[in-house]
Amino acid sequence: MMLIPGLAMLIIFSYIPMAGIMMAFQKYIPNRGLFGSPFIGWSNFKLLLEYPDIGRIFFNTIFIAFMKIVAGLVVPITMAILLNEIAREWVKRTFQTLVYLPHFLSWVLLSGILIDVLSPSSGIVNQVLGLFGAKPIFFLGDNAWFPYVMVISDVWKEFGFGTIVYLAALTGINPSLYEAAEIDGAGRFKQTLFVTLPGMMPIIVLMMTLNIGNVLNAGFDQIFNLYSPQVYESADIIDTFVYRMGIQQAQFGFATAVGLLKSVVSFIFMSMSYILAYRVANYRIF
Amino acid sequence: MTHNKSWGRRVFLVGNYCFLGFVSLLCLMPIIHILSMSLSSGAAASAGKVILWPVEFTTAAYENVFGKPEYLRAFAVSIQRVVLGTAFSMLLTIITAYPLSKDTQHFRFRTGYAWIFVFTILFNGGLIPMYLTVKSLGLIDSIWALVLPGAVQVFNIILLLNFYRNLPKELEESSRIDGAGHFKTLWKIYAPLSLPALATTGLFTIVGHWNSWFDGMLYMNHPDNYPLQTFLQTVIINMDFRFIKAENAELMLKLSDRTSRAAQIFVAAFPILIIYPFMQRFFIKGIVMGSVKE
Repeated sequence: MMLIPGLAMLIIFSYIPMAGIMMAFQKYIPNRGLFGSPFIGWSNFKLLLEYPDIGRIFFNTIFIAFMKIVAGLVVPITMAILLNEIAREWVKRTFQTLVYLPHFLSWVLLSGILIDVLSPSSGIVNQVLGLFGAKPIFFLGDNAWFPYVMVISDVWKEFGFGTIVYLAALTGINPSLYEAAEIDGAGRFKQTLFVTLPGMMPIIVLMMTLNIGNVLNAGFDQIFNLYSPQVYESADIIDTFVYRMGIQQAQFGFATAVGLLKSVVSFIFMSMSYILAYRVANYRIF
Repeated sequence: MTHNKSWGRRVFLVGNYCFLGFVSLLCLMPIIHILSMSLSSGAAASAGKVILWPVEFTTAAYENVFGKPEYLRAFAVSIQRVVLGTAFSMLLTIITAYPLSKDTQHFRFRTGYAWIFVFTILFNGGLIPMYLTVKSLGLIDSIWALVLPGAVQVFNIILLLNFYRNLPKELEESSRIDGAGHFKTLWKIYAPLSLPALATTGLFTIVGHWNSWFDGMLYMNHPDNYPLQTFLQTVIINMDFRFIKAENAELMLKLSDRTSRAAQIFVAAFPILIIYPFMQRFFIKGIVMGSVKE
């Protein structure tokens, strides 16, 4: 049947790696492979719990991801509402096209740009701040700033996408509702509050529930390209930690255990979010 | 709404235009900044004079970039993976979505198979087992390591199967009556009719391949095999002038490099800058298709 090629690829590249999860319970020795390495039970997980930085890594992951989710809801919704006030079609379209641009560039390129723009000695951001008499801030090397830089730059990259989604929802609101509200004496602001926002509610709830599943994904691409040993304290997330442990230090068993923990928790969140999305917003995957 | 605008409303509108204008500038500015930087002289760039307009215009940085064999080689690898990866991925998407779009009457185990696919969105083995799988297949340092692991795009398959389902059933029936098999029906009826959906997913696949860098770093041992983004990652990001404090002698040396770095970034962004306005048109349709079900 036609399913065979797709299914085969899926099994090789998705299901076989799942078998590799065994490594989480092994002292993995590359020469002896998956079936020759000795099993050590839960030791890797015990090691994980005793690892001094593990609490901070989980905290960073959830903290950064959570802030991104909140900001990633608020900013695009606001933008969509403001944009909806503009009557001229071409202005809307130009705006959409412009704010959508960063979404298509990779974090490698954007990081290159950000590193340049935020540089403490010569970046434009610090030059502008300097005009107001502020001391240069080392945005990417300062633990107090780093998580916020991550959130702001992520919102900057992705809000265009959200804006388009919400704007599509806005244009679906029945215009007669606005007329009715106007007759009842509601001004623009009240109309927004009582007609626009409730009209957007279904899609907002949908986006919110789907985002729950992402709470352990704080953005590997972004953080990996922007962090440095100086800011590990505030920047290290599960994914970057797994990469450093697993690939750079070749502690395969330990890194797989960390990864497995993340996969399991993610799986629970993802399933929950899809069930919620189905119940609340009647969204189905297929 | 157009008649008798109140004073407050006018102020709001003007403010709104200004604000939205400012926001779009904010999204565009970094690109313009990088472009101006790449077209300025090294001295002007390192003195921090370049903001949104080239200072002491020169194309030296681009001559430098296009004269670098490593850069060109990485560019070629990227193009190769985009072409191979997109073709392969789209083919799989088209033929996998077709059987899954049938209802349970015609394809009894449809739901079971669909769940096998969906499950991979929810759960995965993680980075290390994935790496070892690719390694044990002997794909390290081969272009296929960049193409095959991500070839089955479950989200695209779902999007396309929903599109197939919304096509009128009569079309398929009449083609079957005319004696066409499943393959013929798929290629002659379904595929041409689902062109908008294919364009959306295709363009996203292209951008995805062009932008991905991590698999290149993971699966390629030899820098000659790096795709462009991975190459840039190692050249630009890992160069780590983040650690260099001001008043450092080294700094001046590296900063004169700023224009060259800017040019490399801009060249890598250029293909995307060209195709993304086209994508936007398809994209809105794509979301609507993906999210709204009957």
